[in-house]
Amino acid sequence: MRTLMWVGWTNLRRDRVAQALTFLLPIVFFSIFASVFGGQGDAATARIRIAVVDEDHSEVSARLIEGLRTEKSLRTQTTADASGSGAVLDRAAAERLVRDGDVPVAVVIPAGLGAAFSTNGFAGGGPPVQLLSDVSDRIAPQMVLGLLQKVAMTAAPDLLMQGGMRQFEKYAGAMTPQQKTAVDQWLPQLKAQGQAGGGGSAPASGAMPITVDVVDVMRTDNRRGSLISFYAAGIGVMFLLFSSVAGAGGALLDEAETGTLERLLSTNTGMTGVLVGKWILLALIGCLQLTVMFLWGRVAFGLPLFSHLPGFGVMTLFTAAAAAALGLVLASLAKSRAQLSGFSTILILTMSALGGSMFPRFLMSEGMQKVGLLTFNAWALDGYLKVFWRHAAIWQLWPQLLVLTALTGVFLSLARLLARRWEAA
Amino acid sequence: MNVLSVRDARKRFGNVAALNGATFELRHGELLALLGPNGAGKTTLIRAITGRVRLDGGEIQLFDRVLDGRRTAPELGIVPQEIALYPLLTARENLEAFGGLHGLTGKDLAQRVDWALEGIGLLDRATDLVKQFSGGMRRRLNIACGVLHRPRVVLLDEPTVGVDPQSRDRIYDMLAELAQSGVSLLLTTHHLEEAEARCSRTVIIDHGKVIAAGTMSELVDQTVGRFRLVTLRLDAPLDGETAFKVAGRTNGSGVDGDGRVLKARMQDVASELPPLLDCIRTAGRAVDDVEVRGPSLQSVFIHLTGRELRE
Repeated sequence: MRTLMWVGWTNLRRDRVAQALTFLLPIVFFSIFASVFGGQGDAATARIRIAVVDEDHSEVSARLIEGLRTEKSLRTQTTADASGSGAVLDRAAAERLVRDGDVPVAVVIPAGLGAAFSTNGFAGGGPPVQLLSDVSDRIAPQMVLGLLQKVAMTAAPDLLMQGGMRQFEKYAGAMTPQQKTAVDQWLPQLKAQGQAGGGGSAPASGAMPITVDVVDVMRTDNRRGSLISFYAAGIGVMFLLFSSVAGAGGALLDEAETGTLERLLSTNTGMTGVLVGKWILLALIGCLQLTVMFLWGRVAFGLPLFSHLPGFGVMTLFTAAAAAALGLVLASLAKSRAQLSGFSTILILTMSALGGSMFPRFLMSEGMQKVGLLTFNAWALDGYLKVFWRHAAIWQLWPQLLVLTALTGVFLSLARLLARRWEAA
Repeated sequence: MNVLSVRDARKRFGNVAALNGATFELRHGELLALLGPNGAGKTTLIRAITGRVRLDGGEIQLFDRVLDGRRTAPELGIVPQEIALYPLLTARENLEAFGGLHGLTGKDLAQRVDWALEGIGLLDRATDLVKQFSGGMRRRLNIACGVLHRPRVVLLDEPTVGVDPQSRDRIYDMLAELAQSGVSLLLTTHHLEEAEARCSRTVIIDHGKVIAAGTMSELVDQTVGRFRLVTLRLDAPLDGETAFKVAGRTNGSGVDGDGRVLKARMQDVASELPPLLDCIRTAGRAVDDVEVRGPSLQSVFIHLTGRELRE
């Protein structure tokens, strides 16, 4: 027993890969996941970008906009450019921002809201505020809705009070001069309180001064399908990477080990030919893998595949090509199958966590969203989401396709460079 | 006529000189054995010929053309020591794959595949997966894949390692057929008796340079000399006086074990053995068994490379 323990411990002491997998890998993963998921409650995380359209141009609408601006969990823009420049947003421009995925929600304050607010107070009754949203993102509209109600209650308490008094006098009779004087003296305090940022909490539902309509600008007929497409793409891309690495490992490392690579290099093919042949095959297998996954999504979960076939086809082709090239880089870099398996698992899971395969990037902090753009997954997923959520035309996928093409080129060049070690010493 | 000439080949890996001026030739239609202890430079030499190792100095000529050390020359066929086959393909599919990669197509490819399958005795197993084959069958197929495209020079790295005597005979029959058809073959092996029996010439390499080359008799003359070792097994042990007499009649004789085994080195067996037998008969002993052994490649190899273990 003691001897066996000694042998096991000595093996572990002398095996750096085993040490890394035992002690380092858990720490690395813990750090990554803590960074991605642990910062959700921080002030710096998950600020929802919203566009606001003021069709009312009243004091109430101005106060509402100001109230939304002061909300820490929102980043409000009222002009075409998020930095504050450009034309003032109208409904069409705001809808475009949502449809293009630039903001998840746009708030449209309709004409007449201020008048109704001042007249009716808590009784409401004015035209409804519209939330133009991409309902595939279920979290952002709900958050904005709650914050909007809060702001309505706290941003203009004096106007709300005035409206309430009018309603009171309408149904209970006019107030006495002393009562009016008391209310008039109180109103400035309420106004100051509202301008100071409210501080009050949203009232219980049922006593809202404004009504809100949520409008799905994507006009999707299958919300569930949109979410399914997100998971299909996220999981699909992650496993595409795993299978590409495994395939490339089999293609290069196993062949080098068994001697078939040596034999291949002695034919007319050459290393470039070997790599290109392996890359094309891996890319085609990747296409097939993603197609099978999305087809299963269509059959089992109603994923709207057939209505998005061209976009799906293009994204799948470019994604599989880049994944195959990445697989060849990792296989060319590794000295053995065990080494490849170790570091590719770390890399793929890290890229998947940061790139949104496990958790939507739009729910991450802005910093993490930017970091995510360094990963292969983020660009692939953005492309798929454009296709399935935003019904983007193929030409609108150009940023994602450009990045994936560039990555493919870089990966292939790197793989060719690294593969020189098999050619000649 | 030399088809392959290696001249003053030099290659260092860090502080280790893998090749240190190796020079030899491979002639048309010969089966040449390249022998050497572990780490002597055999594999580096083979890899340099195939373009997998770039020489620091010297040159390699194939059919009077200097090889650039980047790509494998099309006249070469390579048979690596590893079983370089795809286990999930059938024997025929493996041959078709490697033949295709060597540029064979259509009818020519089909004919060559059939020729190879027949030559290695696997025609009836052509559609079986390679993973189901025995070690000997895989070795034979491994060789067939390397000679399918009609190379004029074939390099074989330990082509018979780990196979049974029957498969080994079959493999050497194949190689002999190829040599007879004009193909020149260079093989590395650790089976010295095979090299002695099957190869027309032998090159012995050690510490990166060729230390001997030639036919078996040339190597013997160059090294251990042409003595024969005669071993006699007697019916009963010799007494001390007779043993002394016998020793006086032979060069370097001795009595082993229980005094019944007599060993003697003889330059001319025909003239030296009869007087020895007379001496034994006179002493009242009978000879049960006689063995006469000439110098072996093993003795030449040990003579040249020493008994020290190599790493």
